[in-house]
Amino acid sequence: MRKFSVLDGLVVPLDRANVDTDAIIPKQFLKSIKRAGFGPNLFDEWRYLDHGEPGKSNHDRPLNPDFVLNQPRYQGASVLLTRDNFGCGSSREHAPWALEDYGVLAIIAPSFADIFYNNCFKNGILPIVLDAAVVDRLFRECEANEGYALTVDLDKQTVTTPTGESIRFDVDAGRKHRLLNGLDDIGLTLLQADKIKAYEERRKQEAPWLFSGSQQ
Amino acid sequence: MALFRMPGETLFKKLWDAHVVHVEPDGTTLLYIDRHLVHEVTSPQAFEGLKLAHRTPRRADAAIAVPDHNVPTTDRSQGIADPVSRLQVETLDANCAEFGITEFKMDDIRQGIVHVIGPEEGLTLPGMTVVCGDSHTSTHGAFGALAFGIGTSEVEHVLATQCLWQKPSKTMLVKVEGQLGHGVTAKDIALAVIGEIGTAGGTGYALEFGGSAIRALTMEGRMTLCNMAIEAGARAGMVAVDQATIDYVEGRPYAPKGDAWDQAVAWWNTLHSDADAEFDRVVELDAAKIEPQVTWGTSPEMVATIGGCVPNPADASSEVKRHDWTRALEYMGLQAGTPIAEIPVDKVFIGSCTNSRIEDLREAASVAKGRKVAPNVKLAMVVPGSGLVKQQAEAEGLDRIFIEAGFEWREPGCSMCLAMNADRLEPGERCASTSNRNFEGRQGQGGRTHLVSPAMAAAAACAGHFVDVRKE
Repeated sequence: MRKFSVLDGLVVPLDRANVDTDAIIPKQFLKSIKRAGFGPNLFDEWRYLDHGEPGKSNHDRPLNPDFVLNQPRYQGASVLLTRDNFGCGSSREHAPWALEDYGVLAIIAPSFADIFYNNCFKNGILPIVLDAAVVDRLFRECEANEGYALTVDLDKQTVTTPTGESIRFDVDAGRKHRLLNGLDDIGLTLLQADKIKAYEERRKQEAPWLFSGSQQ
Repeated sequence: MALFRMPGETLFKKLWDAHVVHVEPDGTTLLYIDRHLVHEVTSPQAFEGLKLAHRTPRRADAAIAVPDHNVPTTDRSQGIADPVSRLQVETLDANCAEFGITEFKMDDIRQGIVHVIGPEEGLTLPGMTVVCGDSHTSTHGAFGALAFGIGTSEVEHVLATQCLWQKPSKTMLVKVEGQLGHGVTAKDIALAVIGEIGTAGGTGYALEFGGSAIRALTMEGRMTLCNMAIEAGARAGMVAVDQATIDYVEGRPYAPKGDAWDQAVAWWNTLHSDADAEFDRVVELDAAKIEPQVTWGTSPEMVATIGGCVPNPADASSEVKRHDWTRALEYMGLQAGTPIAEIPVDKVFIGSCTNSRIEDLREAASVAKGRKVAPNVKLAMVVPGSGLVKQQAEAEGLDRIFIEAGFEWREPGCSMCLAMNADRLEPGERCASTSNRNFEGRQGQGGRTHLVSPAMAAAAACAGHFVDVRKE
């Protein structure tokens, strides 16, 4: 997994609450058996004026000029600024895959849906929870200043504005460590293999029916 | 003599404690997973990751797989027409064959929606930790299990290690006391709860549903309720084990038998929150006051009663909400102040992991019996949750009731809940749906979804618009 340390990124403001993972990546693209290539279809139904399908070229599709991601001043953005409950709905990890493939590496919102929040960390994306009033202010600053960029420092747990104001955010220590170092969760878990085995042995005595298996 | 007595434990804590493998100093816990449900959409990249790292499943016997999202609900004798969908289902078949995972394939009578077949086969049992790469895994909490949805990276993690890293959730008791009115169902409780606490109200919590109205629900009703916990933002919803739970499980193909059954039941009977357990939050609802619910917007919290009207954004409690409501009304093509009962429907969908079980079909059939689908309704379809639900419904003659009324009677799968197969809404079409999400585009780009109970959906199909099922 890609390491995350310091990101100096252009901000794109998506001024909607409850953005669900169906909106982030519509269902037809979930038919892919690959992990990459979802970026061009990020927010497909909002971003394009026609209907997208897997395998269809996106280059000549009509763009929705009103959608914020299509505005010239936000091209190349890597920080997504948004509202409450971002990533609600379906557990599809295709949502962070699409964001990452597009180039979004940090998301700032007053709150996130649990499964999406968790999925971000598995894909090198840092979701940052800031106070709703602070997010409101960042929206105003971003919309008023073309080229508005923020510096996200995971190690220091700060978001720094262009005026030098530093805003602190919380992140779970374990998740921070893994994201800073790009560590593979499975590798870390397998270090506990003895404990997993001991648990299974004990549990087989206590609750043998849990080990009778799905193979009849 | 003890001067202090520890408060009682919540069901969540009992389930959690029984599955702890290891705890890090910061409280992050390695939790053991008893049952892993697998479907075709969120597993291919997990199997690929496993193979790239030269790993194999730790316990293939703890996993069970079924294709459900992409499968056609019409004639299956020709297989899947869409080559991309077909490849995804074939990839599941190949991965299960390679790793020795039991799969109920498309032509198996046991095939169906993953959250229907788990309980139906006794693969979901009380006291288990159950995960699946699907947010509606919360359904299985109806059995006094700790069940939650995970992403594909975690699917791979469970395959490789049979564990997940978790931090304990906060706990919320949703207490519903009293008796539900005639024609009011578990779906209406679920939507009323979401209307009360909001779609993010349960974020960070495990919900336990309790109270006399919950105890009175059948297992099907409890599954509907727990299924919708995720629409309130909670990864897990649960109901304590009682005799109804045990009666449902007994005799299921994968349920324990003989001595193991007795041993299991002895433990399962402890799976309830103690009387003096403390929750981080308690929400109380009066069952008698819950009316049939209909969503009017693009989030499940945008919900009204059948006697109500489409709200006015000017009445929203905040600027952000006002903006959301305005946008939702525009997308839904609705005017503020329109009575819900005057909204006409173009299509009706009865199905999904929320409402496709036998009891749901019985409720819908009892409303549709002897009536006809209204002429303005282009399509009314019933999609049973599994092959066995379909078989049972046919044995009871429910299929004839639906067909004679003008409904289409389909093969099992997720179908128009998320429209990954051919079943979908066209732009602008309005649907009365028993599914779980009314998001923009969920049932097809530009489609307009109103979430309702099965009885309310059947009534809307026959009336051509929403109607109070209690007056039918």
